[in-house]
Amino acid sequence: MYEHDLLIIGAGLAGLRAAVEGVRNGSNVAVISKVHPVRSHSNAAQGGINAALTDRGDDWEDHALATIKGSDYLADQDAVEIMAREAGDALIELEHMGVIFSRDETGHLGTRRFGGQKKARTFFVGAITGQAMLHVLYEQALKYGLQVYEEWYVTSLIVEDGAVRGVTALDIHSGELHTIRAKAVIMAAGGAGRVFEPSTNALICTGDGLALAWRAGAALMDMEMIQYHPTTLARTGILLSEAARGEGAYLINSEGERFMERYAPEYLELASRDVVSRAEQTEIDEGRGIDGNVLLDLRHLGRKFIEDRLGYLQEVATEFMGIDLAEQPVPIRPGMHYIMGGIKTDVNGLTSVPGLYAAGECANVSVHGANRLGANSLLDTVVFGRRSAQHAVEYVKSINGNGSSSEEHLETEKKRLQAILDRERGLKSAAVRQEMAESMTAGIGVFRDQESMEGAQAKIKEIREQLPRVSVDDKGKVFNTDLMFALELDFMVDVAESVCAGALARKESRGAHFRTDLEDRDDENWLKHTLVYKTDEGIRVDTSPVTITKWEPVTRVY
Amino acid sequence: MQANIKVRRFNPETPSKEAHYQEFSVDVHESSSVLDALIKVREEVDGTLALRCSCRASICGSCSMRVNGQATLVCKTRLEEVAPNGEQITIDPMGNMPVIKDLVVDMKLHWDKVRAVDPYLRPGGPEPDGEYIAPNEAMEHLVGVMNCIMCGACVSDCTALEVDENFTGPAALAKAYRFVADPRDDTTHERLGKLNEYPHIWDCTRCYYCVEVCPKDVAPMDRIMKMRDMAIEDGYTNTPGYRHTESFVSSVRKHGRLDESRLAVDSVGWTNLPGLLDLAPVGLKALRKGKLPPIIPHKAEDHKQIRKIVDKLEDEAK
Repeated sequence: MYEHDLLIIGAGLAGLRAAVEGVRNGSNVAVISKVHPVRSHSNAAQGGINAALTDRGDDWEDHALATIKGSDYLADQDAVEIMAREAGDALIELEHMGVIFSRDETGHLGTRRFGGQKKARTFFVGAITGQAMLHVLYEQALKYGLQVYEEWYVTSLIVEDGAVRGVTALDIHSGELHTIRAKAVIMAAGGAGRVFEPSTNALICTGDGLALAWRAGAALMDMEMIQYHPTTLARTGILLSEAARGEGAYLINSEGERFMERYAPEYLELASRDVVSRAEQTEIDEGRGIDGNVLLDLRHLGRKFIEDRLGYLQEVATEFMGIDLAEQPVPIRPGMHYIMGGIKTDVNGLTSVPGLYAAGECANVSVHGANRLGANSLLDTVVFGRRSAQHAVEYVKSINGNGSSSEEHLETEKKRLQAILDRERGLKSAAVRQEMAESMTAGIGVFRDQESMEGAQAKIKEIREQLPRVSVDDKGKVFNTDLMFALELDFMVDVAESVCAGALARKESRGAHFRTDLEDRDDENWLKHTLVYKTDEGIRVDTSPVTITKWEPVTRVY
Repeated sequence: MQANIKVRRFNPETPSKEAHYQEFSVDVHESSSVLDALIKVREEVDGTLALRCSCRASICGSCSMRVNGQATLVCKTRLEEVAPNGEQITIDPMGNMPVIKDLVVDMKLHWDKVRAVDPYLRPGGPEPDGEYIAPNEAMEHLVGVMNCIMCGACVSDCTALEVDENFTGPAALAKAYRFVADPRDDTTHERLGKLNEYPHIWDCTRCYYCVEVCPKDVAPMDRIMKMRDMAIEDGYTNTPGYRHTESFVSSVRKHGRLDESRLAVDSVGWTNLPGLLDLAPVGLKALRKGKLPPIIPHKAEDHKQIRKIVDKLEDEAK
């Protein structure tokens, strides 16, 4: 058994930022991650991080309003204000840690424009901003000698007297299951892209954190809010950053038309993501696509500009499609990318379960509401990663001892895992996941309606019934990824259920939740969050009001 | 298309603990990557196959392994490149690191070496309120190094590490360069001083493999060479590496060719008795095999011409 004051699950940007804060505050902190920290999916964030630097004349309120409008007024405005206000400080702090942000000709931080905003306030490192930030935060972790349980997989949260007091986790190298006790846990385990197919997300994005928290009694909020990114590569679904459009790329249909002129006359390609994705899907559905795609055209930007500012995009287009962006437009389509919904937290990262905090993509503060602006996710991770650790560290001080020393919970988990290993040859987890994920994309897509969502829900019910028959080929202990995939699938089905429940509850269209059978936003009845709980009696759905501070909802036009 | 792959398997839990090759053949889309094929094997044929992979977009650095003997990220290696006619390809785990299972290696030693280069920014003076002012060119130059995703491909194929596992290795040294070349870091001299010692910058054999296999164009060896130049310019000349370069130039100037005997002694240092004693067995062995270079070096016929060239080059360098 291991013991810590504060255990952070996930070593991406939110997790590492929280960890650095905890260590600086002198807490006994450890991070646990199923992959080495620098393998985390924060790497994949390309375009940049938003911040309104007030000392150079930018206005954080303008950033807040753009975020709120982007969220289709579903974001909690107090949380957005905090994020926008703290953005500058968080950004400068990252720069001081060593992030090699691009500079302007005076040597100050340079910017590019991003979607849903008029002002260029996105700070960046080429098209590898997430990677550059993640590696620097890992450098900081090394500097402070942070303890990391590397390649350990959390299988459950330990809840005692209603509070989270640690986890059970599988050491993937040895195959041994252990208890790690902690006075508080911060969930920073990232998104759930694998619940959908295709998705821009990495194979590790299986919603573990969402399911772990949900099983521990935490509320999941606005789970129906799934972001489809407008520019994912044809066939492979690999992400091509919004930075392309931020730097001036066009979207064109099969007729060579810059079709965004019809959908968002003012913002064009830089309307918010839900708007652009719907426009693309409409073009494709109405026959103006090319094999299910539209085109992203960068040719007019010129080779040097593309290679200097968008190098990773050029690498991806060349390596994975054989397309030179300076010579040829690249076929793209909307693809599942991010989940705005997540574990409900307050502005300090606290969930509805004492001792459990959450930050980053798995959390829902909520700053993204019904649609996240590009480059706000990196900001979310560092601002709320830091805040959650600050508050968790205080909470930890109020807890005496590390709770019961009973290993009962561990034994239960051991039995659960052994039962999977002992199953006779049945279904393969990969095949079951594929079926689940495709039905989720079909039912909870860019466009959805009652029938499609019920279809997805029915399918997930079937999948749930198949779970006891999912078996593993690998019966060994050392690096048994087969077993891990079975456990991940179990978590993903929980996430899928929560998404379907949220989606069916919301009887309106708002942001990414666009119902073709209820096309209007309904502020009168639905200016509120959907909440889903996992209970012994099944899923319980509830709602809670949206916090409005000073920006009354108005019609959203780009 | 059919992907024909031969995978090195190793399971520490089998009684024999012996590695062996296993052949697989799976049907994949023609533009598939090697990783797509391996995932297909894992998902549909043999769930016991262990490999690391995650992003499938050459950014997480998980899926480095050897394809036909050379380390690479298999997610960005297309089958049609390595097997245009459906040839069988051989997949091995990375080299220079112990294998945990199948294609999964233990990178601990590598991470320890990253730790050893003090891999974090150490700015001097009080923190400014805003950002550090720095030229964009310097930052863009660093992007080239920051592109490193620590996949380990260069570590796997490093020939210096193969003979001396203490060598810091290309990836950790590229990381070191990222701070040495960062205008915001205030400890460049101190860093170079440390890197100047064994087993850091002077232990690279310049084989170029790291540059060749790096999937992100980080060019670790070039960074190592740059740090050698910087160390010398910073006054760190009391090293075998520096003496080696000096001796090299001086012998070429003098004789128009390399004086290998002198090079060995110069590099070790004339007053370094233990070092010289270490040379003795090597010399004896060479003598026995008739490979000892002449003690009094031959002069090249046109050595005066060569001296002029060397002088001219040195003038130009100034």
